[in-house]
Parts: sequence; structure tokens; C-alpha cells
Amino acid sequence: MTFVGRDIVSIKDLSKEEILHVLDRAEDMVPAARGTEQNTLMQGKIMASLFFEPSTRTRLSFETAMKRLGGGVVGFAQPDATSLKKGETLADTIRTAEQYCDIIAMRHPQEGSARLAAEFAQVPVINGGDGAGHHPTQCLLDLFTIRKEKGSISDNRVALIGDLKYGRTVHSLAYALSLFQADIVFIAPQQLQMPSEVVEECQEMGARISFETQLETVIDDLDVLYVTRIQKERFPDPEEYNKVVGIYKVDLPLLEMAKEDVIVMHPLPRVYEIDSQVDGRPQAAYFRQAFNGVPVRMALISLVLGGIK
Amino acid sequence: MKELKVQPIKNGTVIDHITPGAALKVLKILDIPEQERDSIVSVVMHVEGKTGKKDIVKIENRELRAEEVDKIALIAPDATINIIRNYEVAEKHRVSIPDEIVGIVTCGNPNCISNAREPVTPRFVVKQRKPLRIQCAYCERELKDISAGLL
Repeated sequence: MTFVGRDIVSIKDLSKEEILHVLDRAEDMVPAARGTEQNTLMQGKIMASLFFEPSTRTRLSFETAMKRLGGGVVGFAQPDATSLKKGETLADTIRTAEQYCDIIAMRHPQEGSARLAAEFAQVPVINGGDGAGHHPTQCLLDLFTIRKEKGSISDNRVALIGDLKYGRTVHSLAYALSLFQADIVFIAPQQLQMPSEVVEECQEMGARISFETQLETVIDDLDVLYVTRIQKERFPDPEEYNKVVGIYKVDLPLLEMAKEDVIVMHPLPRVYEIDSQVDGRPQAAYFRQAFNGVPVRMALISLVLGGIK
Repeated sequence: MKELKVQPIKNGTVIDHITPGAALKVLKILDIPEQERDSIVSVVMHVEGKTGKKDIVKIENRELRAEEVDKIALIAPDATINIIRNYEVAEKHRVSIPDEIVGIVTCGNPNCISNAREPVTPRFVVKQRKPLRIQCAYCERELKDISAGLL
């Protein structure tokens, strides 16, 4: 297995063994990610951080990851200050950016943009989200979090909750959990349920799948709650949005009904779906999950640039 | 006596075994009636063939180009192309679907990067041949209405 020079556009670019290898290497990176150890693996290397749309966690953790590895970062956080404003194509932007860096981390609002960038770039491209498409590093850090918190990925009953239809992260995560034969419960209102092609793919891979509309009916049997935000912009009719927005709220009374060692995850940002009173509870894993983005991205950058094997 | 629905043609192309109902889409691919205004074009739909219903299109004085045949394959995967010269079948071949479809259809996802002003040719991977299911190589969405996406 070699990662050197590879593009990471989709979680499907990695086999189960490769995913586990990334997670193992990420584990090694944790002390350096926290700043308690020095790491100079990427000294002299530069990452272009090309964020064509806003991002908090993904961009900051990519950039922190490169800096914790002793490398440098160039790039932009929004395209307004670039030649894209002048009508430059993404292909040209990528071919220009790669003149100044060893690796590209990018987010772009259009689906397929990372695949296109990977075709044009000679340097490796890591996808930090392409529209409603893929977000492989989020998926890796989600798996890392489940394994770290629960000891394994496969022996859990994982509920994916909220907007399963449009949510970018849940499609990749459902695929990846299926690779590990996890027991998955899709909890969503009918109109936001997981698309059938994703479900079919998961089933073909041997995942145990079930569907629910109520969180309360299965809460006592879950090991991981993966909560997602229901996005207002997906609903043309505000009334329809109002009908579903509050239906899955993780709060202290709900946690009382759950297993003691359940963990609550969220790709963030959250709005109403997790009560802030949950934040102080040990079950609240979402900020630890946000931190895990750093060691995971450190591992991936180091693997792709040949700093580690 | 067998009823003769369409006259034989002297020179041209007969596209046989078209998926029932798809003949008009075949005409669209061939840009008929804009092209071939001086030729006779015959369309027969829903005729009973040996293996069920089918459509047939006959175009006089026109031999199809390879890229036209490739497009027809996408909407009528069982079609056969008969090139007629002097009332005889001079060439006969089945359409075939390649593993990858390049530059024939555009992605139906308006937010796909292949629909942006980028220097790329639309590309699709064939996921399944019968019935045909193709997936954009960029955004990975399945193209639901292939005929609507034809270039």
C-alpha cells in the first residue's frame, strides 16, 4: 500500500485497509497535533489551502495540520481576492497554485471540482468538500473519532440523524461504516431520508440497515448518535422547514434514555439539534471530533507527501 | 400476404431494433428534420418484431457516422445499423456501449463542474448496461434522462 502522490477526492479512493492505516498513523500524530510534541516531518513543504467557499473547521484544521508538521501554508479563504473574480477557470487556478506548493487542500462549491483539480494538478489534491459531493477527510475523522471513543468501528450501532438526503458527510460516512459492517440506523423524516442509491450500496456491502423516523424509539439501543443539521436553504417552503427543524433535539432528558456510554457526534456547525447543556457531558464528543481533524489530516498529508509510510 | 409498412430504400441507412418509443429521439440525434430535407425519412413505431415490439427508422441517401451511432447506442442499446447500397445491405452492425462515454452527453446536475466554463469534456462511466445507467465521472451523479443530456 502506498499513498505517495495520490489524490484523495472521495473516501472510495481508499480501501478498508488503507483507511485503517490512516487512522493508525493519525493516532501517532495526536501528541504533535496537541502541540505537546514537536514534529518536523513536512519541514520545507508547502500546502496550498484553496477555499473557494467559507469553512471554519476544515480550513483551520488543514492549515493547523500542515503547521504542526513543520510545513508552510499559502492560499485563500474566499475566492473574492483571486483571479477567479476575473473569470479564471478552476483548471487554470489549480495549474497556477501548484507552481507554488507541494500539495493542494481545497474546498469548492461545485460537485466534481476536486476530481477536476486532481486531473489538472501534478501535485496531490485533497478534497475538503466539493459542493454536495465528497468530504473524505471529514469521513476519516468521523471514523477516527468512533474508533477512539468506542474502541472499534464495527461493533457499534450508529444512528445517522437529521438531513440524510442532502447531507454531504452522512453519505460518505454511511459508505465507510458499511465497509466495517457496522449496524446503521437512518433516522430522518420521510422527505429527508437517505437516498435509495446510497442505501442499496450500503446493503450490497453487507451493512445492517434500519430506518426510523423517531429518535426516541431506538435511543436506548444506540452506541453512536451522529447528528446533522437540517439546512434551511434546502426547503423552498419555510413552513415545511419549520415542521422538521426541531424534531431531533439531543438534550439532557434524551440522554437520560440512552446508554451511559453513548457518544454524540456532529460535523458542526450545529444550530438547534444539540442543546448546549449537553456540551459539558462526557457523551458530547463533537468538539473532540473537531480536534481529531488535525491528527487525521496530519497523517494524510504526511502519507501523501511521503513523510511517513 | 405480409403487409408492407415501409418501402425498401435504394441507398441510405436503416436503423432497426430501436427501443419501442425511442425512434423520435433517434431522429433528434440525427438532427432530422433539420438535416435531410430532400431525403425521405420513414419512421415506424411499435412494430412487432421477433423479440417483441420495436421502432425502425429509415433514412434515404445518408450513411451514419460513428459518433452518431455512438449516440444512438445510449438511447437504443439494442439497435442495429444497416447501411443500404443499391437495395442491398452493404454493412450491418450492432450499436455498442463503451465502458466510458466521452463528449456525447452532458451532466444533468447544474452544479457539476463539468457544466461550468472549464476546459473539460463531459465524461461518464457505465455503471450498468441493461438497462443503461451512467454516472458522471466528475460529480458521480447518475444521469436520469440520457436523451435530454445528448450534446
